[in-house]
Amino acid sequence: MDGLDPLMLARIQFAANISFHILFPTITIALGWALLGFKIAYNRTGNEAWMDAYKLWVKVFALSFAMGVVSGITMSFQFGTNWPGFMERVGNIAGPLLAYEVLTAFFLEAVFLGIMLFGFRRVPGWVHTLATFLVAAGTTLSAFWIIVLNSWMHTPVGYEIRDGVAHATNWGAIIFNPSMPYRLMHMLLASALTVAFLLAGISAWRWLRDGGGDGVRRALKTGVYAAALLIPVQIFVGDLHGLKTLEHQPAKIAAMEANWETRGQVPLVLFALPDEATRSNKFEIAVPNGASLILKHEADGVVPGLNDFKGEHPPVAPVFWGFRIMVGIGVLMLLVAWTGAWLIRRRGVDGLPRWYAYALVAMTFSGWVATLAGWYVTEIGRQPWLVTGILRTGEAAGPVGATMIAGSLTLYLAVYVVLLAAYIAVLYRLARLGSHAPQGKPMFPLPGVAEGPARGQSEPLVEARA
Amino acid sequence: MTPFLPPEWLPVIFAGLMGLSILLYVILDGYDLGVGMLSRLATDHDRDLMVASIGPFWDANETWLVLGIGLLLVAFPVAHGEILTQLYIPVALMLVGLILRGVAFEFRAKAEPINKHYWDNAFFGGSLLTALCQGYMLGAYVLGFDQSLAAVLFCLLAAAGLAVGYIFVGACWLIYKVEGELQRRAARWAEVTLWLTALAMAVISIATPLLSERIFDRWFRLPEFIALLPIPLAAAALFVGLAIFLRRPQRVDDALSWVPLAVAGILFALGFIGIAYSFYPYLIADRLDIWQAAASPEALSIILIGTIFVLPVILGYSLLAHWIFRGKATQLSYY
Ligand code: HDD
Ligand code: HEM
Ligand code: HEM
Repeated sequence: MDGLDPLMLARIQFAANISFHILFPTITIALGWALLGFKIAYNRTGNEAWMDAYKLWVKVFALSFAMGVVSGITMSFQFGTNWPGFMERVGNIAGPLLAYEVLTAFFLEAVFLGIMLFGFRRVPGWVHTLATFLVAAGTTLSAFWIIVLNSWMHTPVGYEIRDGVAHATNWGAIIFNPSMPYRLMHMLLASALTVAFLLAGISAWRWLRDGGGDGVRRALKTGVYAAALLIPVQIFVGDLHGLKTLEHQPAKIAAMEANWETRGQVPLVLFALPDEATRSNKFEIAVPNGASLILKHEADGVVPGLNDFKGEHPPVAPVFWGFRIMVGIGVLMLLVAWTGAWLIRRRGVDGLPRWYAYALVAMTFSGWVATLAGWYVTEIGRQPWLVTGILRTGEAAGPVGATMIAGSLTLYLAVYVVLLAAYIAVLYRLARLGSHAPQGKPMFPLPGVAEGPARGQSEPLVEARA
Repeated sequence: MTPFLPPEWLPVIFAGLMGLSILLYVILDGYDLGVGMLSRLATDHDRDLMVASIGPFWDANETWLVLGIGLLLVAFPVAHGEILTQLYIPVALMLVGLILRGVAFEFRAKAEPINKHYWDNAFFGGSLLTALCQGYMLGAYVLGFDQSLAAVLFCLLAAAGLAVGYIFVGACWLIYKVEGELQRRAARWAEVTLWLTALAMAVISIATPLLSERIFDRWFRLPEFIALLPIPLAAAALFVGLAIFLRRPQRVDDALSWVPLAVAGILFALGFIGIAYSFYPYLIADRLDIWQAAASPEALSIILIGTIFVLPVILGYSLLAHWIFRGKATQLSYY
């Protein structure tokens, strides 16, 4: 197959777009709730530190939200431009789910976002808090609907095929399809962990620079504690998720474990280079009986292998490695978060050793990496199917030629690279300026309120009305 | 889920809902795309104010596009696939435009000040690109995706026409939302683009029936012709009336500053009704009608139930947001 196969290009384009998109929902879903938490904590305690944290992170939220919205609009056009076969075959099921997402979630978040961001001085405090709540609820609801659809594509139930087209027979079963609860939990937790490490990492960076303020210390502590609480839950849910997948998509698990043969006493492969040509692993390092123990809870447990699905299983190496990256980061998160929680309990934030703060800085975007790795495992692991057992990826592709897709793909990639770089640069800039960062929108200094630079900081704030 | 309406009504209802959301999109995002294009003409200070005037609304405005395209996707999957693959290039470019302008809102205020002008350019360029692509798509759609040279020229004309139309609504929005010198400039912008918009609408209205016999018959048959006459007449009257209105000196209390915006909205609605009447019941000119393209009645019923309950709520809280941010645009602040 040459590199300009239109199907391959369409897949790469889809993967590029969704990977770019998911970065931002992963932040907004949990950050919305975190902001609500900051706001309520401030309302209850009157402690300015909470307000400081709110002031910085609301800007990060606004920026991430805008990135999420525009990349999401791109996603909703993708179905028609590149995968017309998808809606033709399963549109009667995917359609209502997508419609409910737009109607119940997108409008909710989009309308109340304006009030949440800019209504602070225009509406009573409780209305503002309510708007914040509705935005957070909207993002979570939207995650719910899209995960329902995505999970149904993995484990379809509640339908029948008439004239080659899927028709819904049981909406309850479709919505609560077997993998949905696990995937939703796992994704919401992934979002919370991503935000926890982002909060902790950015705050640690600020703390290393100049100690930050009370708000910085508060955000750091919140991030580390939240991560320490959530990561064991995530590992537990991930394990259950995998057991469910074994039931419904055994080929995916076989690829995740790079297990080429159905047998008992399957080792847990820690490192290997899976080779599709010889259908075996090179340079394997493995724990004897490990996979059998994890998946079947006994050393002799028989685990399905790839030989059962010859010609019908996903490419092994990306699934295998994606899974190891995700789990590896999960373990690292556990280590870092628990160490941090223990250190903070003993010595407080200002007693943290500098090496630990550097470790947090290094972990700032670890949630993104794990989330992307996880989605790659899930989605590539479903191949060659687009909807398991109903529709193959190749059948859904449209008539658009390779050159056109190559053109649009190049365009998107160029835009994404620039935007991602700008996003990260601005994140650090906002962190540096702290709660005195420029307001999101045009600022006309109110009479008597001069927008000045943050205390103890030399940078001239030209953007007093940036 | 069994359909609770005669199944042949459902596609009609969904065509109506889709039309409604596209119309709302064109008016609502039209004004903020228009403001984006006008931002090039303004001073730094005015540009900040212009951006502030649309800040709380643009996201919700764009959601009408997601709903419109979503309804096409879910209610008429076959047409959706066909239309969007035909329009592949303009769609891709439009998405890039939407991405650039959407994020420029945020970046222009948050990036290093020395980089601000890049984001101002992205805001202007993205708005312009989006408007041109949408106009091009409108043209291509009206012609049933004809690829001849004449057709491409017509599409380019439609691209310019829609961009001008958006600038016109954008200027009317500014008349409503700002005051003083900027408001006077906005009135001048509106006056110029008013006539260009009228011209564009006239050209498209004349070209469409000439290009399709079926559409010609729909308009120029008696008694329909007489029944339809009010549409072009009302449009002409509104154009002339608004031109006169824009010339009159501003009232001191500025109480009527909403009038141009309302008139612009009505004009867009009239144009939209014209196009919809020409096409109905076809989704793709003379080839695919709404019944051939529709999803199964069961699927449509389940969406309709949700829509009936949710759409009024959406309209309600959209109005609430406009009410909260009513009055002249001022500085926006997060806290
Ligand atoms: C787990 C969560 C998740 C996943 C898997 C997806 N999205 Fe998303 N999406 C969101 C979570 C989200 C969100 C949290 O609701 C966003 C992000 C930021 C935002 O504004 O809303 C959003 C925004 C967003 C928007 C803009 C909404 C607006 O105007 O407010 C659209 C059109 C889509 N998405 C469409 C999609 C499509 C077609 C997807 C799959 C193919 C998809 N999203 C995957
Ligand atoms: C949000 C996180 C998601 C990520 C990171 C993701 C990632 C991917 C990747 C990497 C592929 C390519 C697989 C391959 O080509 O081998 C893919 C395929 C696909 N996914 Fe997802 N996906 C996500 C969510 C979704 C959702 C929510 C849907 C549907 C509603 C979806 C629908 C599809 C479709 C239609 C394909 C087929 C195209 C293809 O095979 O490349 N995905 N996805
Ligand atoms: C350390 C223990 C973990 C285990 C055992 C685990 C397990 C799994 C499994 C089995 C899947 C694939 C499910 C399927 O497609 O059938 C998956 C997917 C995924 N993982 Fe993990 N995971 C772990 C940690 C993490 C962490 C730390 C994150 C992110 C912060 C994460 C994010 C994701 C995401 C976003 C997906 C794709 C969506 C989904 O199918 O749920 N995982 N995980």
